[in-house]
Amino acid sequence: MKSQRAVWGDTLTELGETDKRIVIVDGDLATSTMAVTFAKAHPERFVEAGIAEQNMVGMAFGMSTLGYRPWLSSFGVFLTNRALDQVRMLVSQTKAPVRLAAAYTGLLNGSAGKTHQDIEDFSIMRAMPNMTILAPADAVEAEAMIRWAAEYDGPLYLRLARDAVADVFGADYVYEHGKPISLREGTDAVVVSTGVQTSRTVEAVQALADDGVSVRHIHVPTLKPLDEHALWQHLDGMSRVFTVEEHSVIGGLGDVVSGVLSAQGAGARQTRIGLADGWSESAPNDFLLDKYGLSPARVAASVAAGLQA
Amino acid sequence: MIEGDTVTREARTPADLAAIASEGRWHVLNTVAASKAGHIGGPMSAMDLMVALFFRQMHVDPAHPQDPERDRFILSKGHSAIGYYSVLAMRGYFPVGELATFDHGDSRLQGHPDMKLTPGVDVSTGSLGQGLSAGAGIALAAKKQGKDFHTWVILGDGEIEEGMIWETVICAPRFGLDNLTAIIDLNGLQQYGWPATPTDRFDRSEPMGHVDLEAVFTGFGWNAVTIDGHDFDEILRAYADAEAARGVSGRPSVIIARTAKGRGVSFTEGTFNWHNGVPTPEQLDIAHRELLGTKEVVA
Ligand SMILES: Cc1ncc(C[n+]2csc(CCOP(=O)(O)OP(=O)(O)O)c2C)c(N)n1
Repeated sequence: MKSQRAVWGDTLTELGETDKRIVIVDGDLATSTMAVTFAKAHPERFVEAGIAEQNMVGMAFGMSTLGYRPWLSSFGVFLTNRALDQVRMLVSQTKAPVRLAAAYTGLLNGSAGKTHQDIEDFSIMRAMPNMTILAPADAVEAEAMIRWAAEYDGPLYLRLARDAVADVFGADYVYEHGKPISLREGTDAVVVSTGVQTSRTVEAVQALADDGVSVRHIHVPTLKPLDEHALWQHLDGMSRVFTVEEHSVIGGLGDVVSGVLSAQGAGARQTRIGLADGWSESAPNDFLLDKYGLSPARVAASVAAGLQA
Repeated sequence: MIEGDTVTREARTPADLAAIASEGRWHVLNTVAASKAGHIGGPMSAMDLMVALFFRQMHVDPAHPQDPERDRFILSKGHSAIGYYSVLAMRGYFPVGELATFDHGDSRLQGHPDMKLTPGVDVSTGSLGQGLSAGAGIALAAKKQGKDFHTWVILGDGEIEEGMIWETVICAPRFGLDNLTAIIDLNGLQQYGWPATPTDRFDRSEPMGHVDLEAVFTGFGWNAVTIDGHDFDEILRAYADAEAARGVSGRPSVIIARTAKGRGVSFTEGTFNWHNGVPTPEQLDIAHRELLGTKEVVA
């Protein structure tokens, strides 16, 4: 069990030994994002752009036109929100191979609070043409995605969590771009989750099973592009659908799933478990997960209540 | 409570202010140790600047934190919130004991300053680089409404790498905002920063080491002065000069205050390693001895 940011720093450092196209452009957060590992190993390919996220994106784009494959190192919220126009104009429009390594995403960011919570990123990035959106469940999947991304020749947004979560996948895991993954079979309902919330949902689904509720669990690692047909096959025949994400209930996985259901003309009823359309606060992780409904116990309770309603 | 809290604002001497600042620095470390969250280096470097503002310079009344005629204060480098909260608590905006609720959830004292929650906080900050624009807007509105108060903004020297700062630096003189003062907490360190030399990967060079800040600000039409940001005589003189320029100079003022990150405690001073971090109980003891000696702090 390793944090996704540590995996990011370690994996890029290793890939950087042979792949000289890799550069990291940092926004004065290398010790938080763990770009520091790369900076020490490959100082000549570590670029400090300063506390200047718009500048970071512009510089990364410029470097990409000469064959580099830059990764941006900052908190997700500053990449998705602060440098939004630069991402849109220079990266999305041109399909430049600039990778947004969004650290400290979601609700949990080491007590920085709402100014630093990156909980609208799916919504913002989904609307961005050409943008690939990856949301790994654990450290294993994060590493597999980073290796995949190193060979990918376009813009992408990688959603990384600050703190380690329980591993969902084993060492033999292979990332298949765009494919939803079935983690558990069940008959009463289907729960679809993404990112590190999948790790917590595994626990929630187990608690439900212990209480005699049989839930199918699907993990969506790739918000975009997504094999919607494959996702539909997991949903088909289920009348109760729950989506779970460490993201606003607006514009994220819940919308993706509801789009698939409505496109198929499905009569299923969907409940969105995520962050309400409001601001949160700074506090320890357990407090936040519990208060905002994302702890395994609260997710299980929401599903159980939904099935009664 | 601080000794001399009953003393009038004008009567507080530099020595009084220094004692208050030491106590404030203690609250920073103690709060971070208790809540295991928050920043240390930045709040400690800006402590003297904030104490001089709230205990001597600014026209504010903790009993009426929303008084429309009050001076306004913006901590643009919002990650230094604990230092700000310590000053507000010592000044009487809320009980010093409330510092213990920092980051505990359901608290008025958030990881970054929140104007909707905390008395004494005029502008919410946390995403760096936005405070000076907000201050310019306040100063502009005050001019339009004929209000005679001053707006003070504390900026980090790393923070001023943000482009938005320079958008304000260019536009504020155009509006003749001599009721606006920016104070740059020039502690020479940011969070990670640049290696001092290409081979030296650990010593950090100054964020603004290559910039002649006085010349740059003057060039854009500001009054600029450089001071020792830990010398209360110099701080108070610079503040008084900035206030005296209001309604007279037609130029906003910038005070470039040379400070030390983590100032006041041997193991935190001058190192970027304590940008954030949680002191151990032993470290807390050392800090207590260095800052307060045998003096008791009563919440
Ligand atoms: C827009 C934005 N980018 C990055 C950060 C993360 N961050 C918080 S503090 C900090 C370093 C600040 O350095 P400086 O302004 O010099 O403050 P100080 O040294 O006084 O702490 C960084 C990069 C942020 N809060 N906002």
